[in-house]
Amino acid sequence: MLTKEQIAQRIAQEVENGQYINLGIGIPTLVANYIPSHLDVVLQSENGLLGIGPFPTEDQIDPDLINAGKQTITMVPGSALFNSSESFAMIRGGHVHLTILGAMEVSENGDIANWKIPGKMVKGMGGAMDLVASAKNIIVAMQHCSKDGQSKLLPSCSLPITGIRCVKKIVSDLAVLEVDPKGGFILKERAPGVSVEEIKAKTAGKLIIEGEIPEMRFD
Amino acid sequence: MINKTVKDAREAVADIPSGAFLMMGGFGLSGIPENCIAALLEKDIKNLTIVSNNAGVEDFGIGLLLKKRMVKKMISSYVGENAEFERQLLSGELEVDLIPQGTLAERVRAGGAGIPAFFTPAGVGTEVAEGKEIREFDGKEYLMERWLRADFSLVKAWKGDTAGNLIFRGTARNFNPMMAAAGKITIAEVEELVPAGELDPNQIHTPGIYVQRIFQGKDYEKRIEQRTVSKK
Repeated sequence: MLTKEQIAQRIAQEVENGQYINLGIGIPTLVANYIPSHLDVVLQSENGLLGIGPFPTEDQIDPDLINAGKQTITMVPGSALFNSSESFAMIRGGHVHLTILGAMEVSENGDIANWKIPGKMVKGMGGAMDLVASAKNIIVAMQHCSKDGQSKLLPSCSLPITGIRCVKKIVSDLAVLEVDPKGGFILKERAPGVSVEEIKAKTAGKLIIEGEIPEMRFD
Repeated sequence: MINKTVKDAREAVADIPSGAFLMMGGFGLSGIPENCIAALLEKDIKNLTIVSNNAGVEDFGIGLLLKKRMVKKMISSYVGENAEFERQLLSGELEVDLIPQGTLAERVRAGGAGIPAFFTPAGVGTEVAEGKEIREFDGKEYLMERWLRADFSLVKAWKGDTAGNLIFRGTARNFNPMMAAAGKITIAEVEELVPAGELDPNQIHTPGIYVQRIFQGKDYEKRIEQRTVSKK
């Protein structure tokens, strides 16, 4: 089973040179720590920044500079600042190449639920609905099962959904899976030490297994 | 040049009545109108509707207005930082419209720009789309969203001049420029107020035409929600 950091590390392998990338709150934020330094990419913050840098040192802290998770950040050289409608213009306009976000549930046709648990949790969708409705490529970082062991990869979402038929790839603590446009999770890689049988048992939606499934590599 | 200056926050918000429809700039606690919120707290008004991306935290920002039960309804995209908000919402004491952040920003922008409605892909197929017109453009579905306009918009900028021109700083800009344009009366509080003519016209983010009242705020706390630091 992968740790949160390892999920982020595996997702970082999906990043390509020249991409503009939006990272969601939680595990997706950690992806920034593992993007290889030889790649030139730009991280977008929905609250109005292209060019998120590392967290500040104590003496660099600036309350006027935060990310979507309200964490203090810095800007890399060449950054640009803008307002919220401009920010979502670049998101909806398809200018952001890759979106990485967390999920409570994903369905086998690529629907995602990550914003509401009726009667229990109402935090709001933030920018997630705009992002999933528009991004060219969406990768989900998530735990394969809930804390009480229920699969979060389902035939259809039980929670209110955030977007329909939008998830392309999932990296969970157990596996890397692609969403088949015809419906189903295509198993691509296993976490080190995790068997195909275990992934099968913990995936409630349709799982497609073709040939030998390799273990993930962390070089 | 028209002089928009008022003395302070108290004077700026003096005529905001109960039941007013307000917009407040800010993302999290960054770029919120701290002085105006403090002045509203001193007033005996209630049943406010507030458009703001977030709802502050329990003891700061809009959270203070919620605690005093001055708010009837919030129109926001994310309220996860405020446990009191979640409590009032789940118990039915507070009304809330949760709408996608990009839709919120564009509804406010549209309000200021005189565009009554527009189509967006955000929320298609979700409960956000319930009761809304859906139309297909070039093979993809979009839903219709309407503009938002306010009785009063309360915005916060870094620098401003007496003509109401505003310059923002860092990610504290966020919703402030669109909200400035979408308010019938826009009140701008700034960290530094200078005479008209001192700001470089090339650098203005919000032209003064959108601002009716401006004052230099004081004692900015600029509270940080998530203090994340790296060593070295």
